[in-house]
Amino acid sequence: MPRIRTNIRLRGRSFIAIALAPEAPLDAWLDGLAEQVGRAPEVFAARPVVVDLSALGPVDDGEYAVLFAALAALGIRVIGVEGVDAARAGAGWTHPPLLVGGRPTAEPAEPPRPQPNAIIIARPVRSGQTVLNPAGDVTVIGAVSSGAEIVAAGSIHVYGPLRGRAIAGFAGGGGARIFCQRLEAELLSIDGLYRTAEEMPAGLRGQPAQAWLDGENLQIQKLS
Amino acid sequence: MAKVLVVTSGKGGVGKTTSTAALGVALAQSGQSVVLVDFDVGLRNLDLILGAERRVVYDLINVIQGEAKLAQALIRDKRVENLSLLAASQTRDKDALSSEGVARVIAELREKFDWVIADSPAGIERGATHAMYHADVAVVVTNPEVSSVRDSDRIIGLLDSKTERAERGEQVEKHLLITRYDPARAARGEMLKIDDVVEILSVPLIGVVPESEEVLRASNLGMPVTLSAPESVAARAYFDAVRRLKGEQFPVVIPAEKRGFLGKLFGSRVA
Ligand SMILES: Nc1ncnc2c1ncn2[C@@H]1O[C@H](COP(=O)(O)OP(=O)(O)OP(=O)(O)O)[C@@H](O)[C@H]1O
Ligand SMILES: [Mg+2]
Repeated sequence: MPRIRTNIRLRGRSFIAIALAPEAPLDAWLDGLAEQVGRAPEVFAARPVVVDLSALGPVDDGEYAVLFAALAALGIRVIGVEGVDAARAGAGWTHPPLLVGGRPTAEPAEPPRPQPNAIIIARPVRSGQTVLNPAGDVTVIGAVSSGAEIVAAGSIHVYGPLRGRAIAGFAGGGGARIFCQRLEAELLSIDGLYRTAEEMPAGLRGQPAQAWLDGENLQIQKLS
Repeated sequence: MAKVLVVTSGKGGVGKTTSTAALGVALAQSGQSVVLVDFDVGLRNLDLILGAERRVVYDLINVIQGEAKLAQALIRDKRVENLSLLAASQTRDKDALSSEGVARVIAELREKFDWVIADSPAGIERGATHAMYHADVAVVVTNPEVSSVRDSDRIIGLLDSKTERAERGEQVEKHLLITRYDPARAARGEMLKIDDVVEILSVPLIGVVPESEEVLRASNLGMPVTLSAPESVAARAYFDAVRRLKGEQFPVVIPAEKRGFLGKLFGSRVA
């Protein structure tokens, strides 16, 4: 039988990687990251991550080892590093490889500007269920039960009682808002800032309400 | 067309087995042929409530595993015509239930009966999901308290996603049955209000069964309350629930504690 020679084709494929830039002190930075991942694990799920080491300054190899072990433990897949001396990242470098030619995208933590891409759920969201829209708003026509969770890159609209958790602007959307016909939520969060039921003004319970970010402050107000 | 009905709740001890037996008797007395299937493998109870515990030879697991024919395992009730029981095994556990086995038994039961009523175990694990998988209709049993309501909500979510009907893009017809309702405690604000439970779960209400001495006594006698005390408030709630299951529409009476004619009537019957 004649041997068939196959030409191996090299094909390009591009992904938008999330760039992480650790800062000193590393412990505090890792704690902050762990909290963010805990709140919105979807942000990093199955996404390639590039670590920009420039802000960390010149540290020893042990500290890099701590960093990459911690990232791995959080389930973050590091495909490479930037911002480190090519000589240092040469022979003997046991961490993810040095990448060159990275360009910032308009919105680093997101795929190319999401199309307006709303999800509309025309039934109640029950305890134990999660509705996730990584690319836009979520609208629920019906109740969101205690123990249910709505997660949206954009805003959240609930035409009914909101009794569960609403997490809006989860991938860095400080302009997102949460609207509901009846506020009985367990937790409201926008762009990582949150308030639990205990921290919401008592007078707003059971009222139509909206929440938005005013700087670092999660504001909640009655909708009239 | 045979209907498969699952009696389910999420939370344990809310009255699923009691309600399965009481509804089964009421349905059978209305002229339908009914089989009650105990899915609580390892913790079988339904046979006790039906007073059939000494007549169990073969059970659901024996049939699923091909050790007995369905006809050998079905136990006919001696007091109620048209009512049969397929008991659970007390010695096995829920891993003995296989999807194919359950599907085969349910299909066979559909041929023989008008109603196949599955008494689900508590929880949201295998036993409960097997019991609900083939359901056309679900009775969600809830006590008027926060934890029971939340668990029921969870179960309703599973009925909407983890059943054969849901997988076909159809809906399981869901009904809410509130049990162990204590009018005195409700009046003192120690229990959730019926309206609030219905509003939270947003599933149509088919009955409110009061906490009652008769129900307790009935189970200890091995008789569903619809058989032992058919005139009791609890039994009437079950009879009315069956009429609603069969499509009749009329307002649900909530057992009251208020004075006056109704209050006295209920007061004398509710423990
Ligand atoms: N309406 C009622 N009034 C008084 N007692 C009741 C009532 N309904 C149920 N009970 C009692 O509550 C207990 C639990 O009932 P039952 O076994 O029917 O619950 P279950 O939901 O099937 O429990 P499990 O989750 O363990 O299967 C029993 O002792 C039963 O007699
Ligand atoms: Mg039971």
